[in-house]
Formats: sequence, C-alpha cells, structure tokens
Amino acid sequence: MINRISKTKYSLVLTVLALILLFSIGLFSTIGSANISIIDTFKIIFSKIPFLKNVVDISHLNSAQKSIIWNIRLPRVLLGVLVGASLSLTGASFQGMFNNPMADPYIIGISSGAALGATVAIILKLDFKIFNFSSISIFAFLGGILAVVLVYNIARIKNQVPVVTLLLSGVAIGQFFTAVMSFLMVIFSKDMSKIVYWTLGSLAGKGWNPIITLSIPILVSMFLINIFARDLNIMLTGDESAESLGINVERTKVYILLLGTFMTSVVVSVSGIIGFVGLIIPHIVRILLGPDHRILLPASAFMGGIFMIFADTLARMIISPVEIPVGIITALFGGPFFIYLLRKKKRNL
Amino acid sequence: MYSIEVKNLEFGYRESLILKGLTFSVKKGEFVSIIGPNGSGKSTLLKILNNLYRPNDGNILINGKVIEDYKRKDLAKIMGFVPQDTIIDYEFTVEDIVMMGRNPYKGPFQKENREDYKIVDDVMNMTNIFKLKDRLITEISGGERQRVIIAKALAQNPSIILLDEPTSHLDINHQIDVLNLLKKLNSERGTTIILIIHDINLAARYSDDIILLNEGEIIESGNPEDVITAKNIEKAYNLNAAIEINKYTNTVSITPLKLIR
Repeated sequence: MINRISKTKYSLVLTVLALILLFSIGLFSTIGSANISIIDTFKIIFSKIPFLKNVVDISHLNSAQKSIIWNIRLPRVLLGVLVGASLSLTGASFQGMFNNPMADPYIIGISSGAALGATVAIILKLDFKIFNFSSISIFAFLGGILAVVLVYNIARIKNQVPVVTLLLSGVAIGQFFTAVMSFLMVIFSKDMSKIVYWTLGSLAGKGWNPIITLSIPILVSMFLINIFARDLNIMLTGDESAESLGINVERTKVYILLLGTFMTSVVVSVSGIIGFVGLIIPHIVRILLGPDHRILLPASAFMGGIFMIFADTLARMIISPVEIPVGIITALFGGPFFIYLLRKKKRNL
Repeated sequence: MYSIEVKNLEFGYRESLILKGLTFSVKKGEFVSIIGPNGSGKSTLLKILNNLYRPNDGNILINGKVIEDYKRKDLAKIMGFVPQDTIIDYEFTVEDIVMMGRNPYKGPFQKENREDYKIVDDVMNMTNIFKLKDRLITEISGGERQRVIIAKALAQNPSIILLDEPTSHLDINHQIDVLNLLKKLNSERGTTIILIIHDINLAARYSDDIILLNEGEIIESGNPEDVITAKNIEKAYNLNAAIEINKYTNTVSITPLKLIR
C-alpha cells in the first residue's frame, strides 16, 4: 500500500510546501553569474518591504548586484511560480473534471489557439501595447479563449456538455489551429524561428509588469477553483452519484472550465506554451499524496511553482549564456522522473 | 404517510415514450422491488425518482413535497441512490468514499467533524465494512465495494434508499448478503427501500410490494402473490412459467418453462 497523508496533516503538508517554495524563490533567484549569497538575495527582497527595510543591511552589495536580483531574476522567478502553479492547478482540476488521466490544461485547445494568435501577431508585425502587454500576448490570450469557446459550443448539446465530445472537439480544433499555424509558418518562413521559440515557451525578460497585473486575478481564480475540491472528489465516483449527493455537476464543470481556461490563457499569453507541467505535476502529487482534491489542488499549485522555477533555472544555466526554452527542460527532466515514479508505484501494487 | 407518490408520470422523446403514464405510491418503511424485462424503463424510473432526469409530464411527491421544490442537497438528505455499477479508478480509502455521503451536510471548505466520523463509523459497522476502512476502494472485491457504496448512501442519513440492481454483479451468497442488509435497514431503521432486481424469486422473498413494469407501463403492482402470476409473467416476459409457493421460504417462486414466440 502507498503512503497516505492523513487528513489532519493537510495543513502541515501545505505549510511545508509553502516554505520550500519561499526558499526556492530565494535560491533560484540567487543561482547565476552575479556572485551573491542566498542570504543577500533575501536581504535585497526584504529591503523592498516597508518596516523590514530598516532592519536589513545591504550596503555591502553594489547596485548591479541589487539590480540583477530585483529587476531581472526575482520577477522572472515569480512569473515562473505563477505560470507553474496555474498550469499544474488547472491540469489537476481538468484531470478530475474529465475523469481522465491524459487531460492537461491544453486539452481543450487553449495552446493551439494561443499559438495561432501569437503567430498572427508575429507575421502581421503588430506592435502595440495594451496595459503594457505586447500585441503577441494579447493575440495569444484571445486565441486561447477563442479556441475554448469554439470547442465548448461544438460539444454542447442543449445544456449538456458530454465530456468525451468536449475532449474530441478539443483535439479536432487543436489540430485544425495547429495546421493553420503551420501553414502560416511555411508561407512566412522568415518568421518561423520566432514563432517556434514562442511556442516552446520562455520566462525570460518579462519584468515586473506581468506579475503586478496578473497575480491578483490568478490568485483569485486559484482560490475559487479550490472551492470545488470536494465536488471533484465526489465526481470521480460518477456524475450520477455526484448529482444524487447534491452536486450540480454540469454547473461545477462549467465553473472549473471557465477558471482553468482563464488561468491557462493568461499565463500562456505571457510565457508561451510550456508543456508537461500541467500534465505531470498533478500525477506526481497524486502518487505522493493521494487523490483527495482538497490536498491535490493546492499541493499541485505549490509543486508546479517549485518545479517550474527549478526548470527555468536549468534552462538559463545549462549551456549559459545561451538560454534553452524552458518548455524543453520541463519535458526533458519531468518525463524520466515521472516514468520513475510510475514504475516505483507499479512495484508497490 | 407516503415516501413517494407518483401520478401520471411520462418520460421520453417525442415519438418513443419510455414511461407511459405511471401512477403508484410507496408507503413509508416499505420494501419495494421493481421488476420487468430489459428496456422496460426501470432504471429511467429510478433516476427520475432521484431527480436525475426531469419527466415530461406528471407529478412526483417525496415525503409529501413536490420533487422540484427540493434543493439538490436537501433531497440528498432524504434520499440515497446506489447506481447500477460504481467504478472508481482513484485510490480513495473505503472511509473516504463513505465520508462522501456526508456531502449534503457540508459547505465548500467545511471539514468533517466528530459527528461525521461517528456517523461514518456507525454505517461502516452496520454494513460490516469497518475492518476495510483503510483499504483502497480499488483493491477490494465487487461484493465489498457494493457494501461500501451502500454505506455511502447510508451516511447521507436518508429515509429512502433507491438501488439500481444492487445484486446483479454479485455471486449468490453476496446477493443474499446485500438483500439481508437492506432488510435489516428496512426493519431496524424504517428506511424505505426501492430497488430494481432481476431475480424474481428474491424480489418475492424480500419485498412487501412488487411493481412489474413492461414497455413503460405498470402491468401490476402489489403483494408478491398478486403480481407474480403466470398471466402477468407471460404478459411481461413472453414466458410460460410455473408459479408455486416455495416450501422453504414460504414465498412465491417461479420456474421458467418456455418462451412464447
């Protein structure tokens, strides 16, 4: 039998994960070519916080060091946390909602829609900003939303949205959008590398702006999706069972779909399509902590954030100064680790 | 006093009605079996009684109140539903599954309290699964799983339990085991039991009343002796059958003889 975490320890587990996340934020902001200790990194962070700034002394650090940490690394790491947490949380709730272990945040076409949107913005050479978001981000966001709206409406029969139809139309629309994108890439071949790089995903050089604008809507969505944790548990025993236990299954599905689509489209529009995190992290958490969504959802968010900034640090360090798109790293390291866990679990059964 | 009153219930799609104007009632504390050939509308009827499907026409009263007037969670406090087959691929413990029956009494972030655990312990004892409580639902046998699902329904504290073929996937000793459990609930707690069952002999042996359905209509309802007659069986199943009183159980029993073409 696998180790299971007793319900009384849920808050302990989450506290530990939160502490690991905080430590990782400091650690991964520190790693790199600026020759700073992790203590100094935390000091620089604290020096920006009212009240605390009078206590910490950072006079021994030069302004270049402070600037690298504060203006470059920290916002990059925090963006990584937001992206990783959003994708993992969405993946976990979609897997529960669809009752399908293959589900991930992109399964209903968000990634293909976003990629097509970004492609259009790139080949049209659009260059405008709204709320400091680039035209590529805005087109990617709209593309993702458009794809889901299409998929949802294709799958809907009266007021019901059968899961299988939803998944299939997600695959169909996804393939179609990808084909359109590939076609555009062939026609506008000089933009091809830019498009490919965007679709592989990156957290580099986004600054503080996306964090300031996105963190509150994302955190609110995360909180709201957790409201449905118990409902998701019960929905795993079958829609009719859940319905007879007083859950409005169709409405719950729509809320989760809305929240997940929103979070995913938002982070994808900023970071590009980072694969694997939203599929694998929930599975890893499920293997470690069990299937209860009350711990699975928040723990996936924490683990996703931690894993993402770990992968991103590798992405910028591994053949430094060349940056590898982080999406490659997530799959390169996440895949084997996941296979290891799967094998290990199989032996235990 | 009635648990369930159904009047002129119709359900189906334009040209093909699945249920054609059913009227019947179930008294509080009764043990009722619904029998009938495949496709006669039994499962549909049960789901309508649990408000999972909305009928086209007709009235349903649950404990004297119109079914549409219940909030979902309030109906779940009165009525438990055991579906035909519950497949759970996720590694919840038996206790986790039974605890799900407390859902109608819980808000989104509300934790299970001592009372919930006490109720869950009680129903696990009653259904004889307490020793399985830390086992994974994916690891136990079909008979055990059926008990767990019944325990989940009991944890809702319902006064009515609906069961869709609770014995169909079980071998003969587990069939008797589940039916004895339902009978015990029925006599000790006064829970109204309504179940769909294919085995006519078991239906006759355990039920106060039997409803015989065919093609969306009630052929006959009432005492087992009145419903299980050669004439009714022929009408519903196209089958010649010998009906007698079984000398061991002292209840009506049927021996199928031959199909009528």
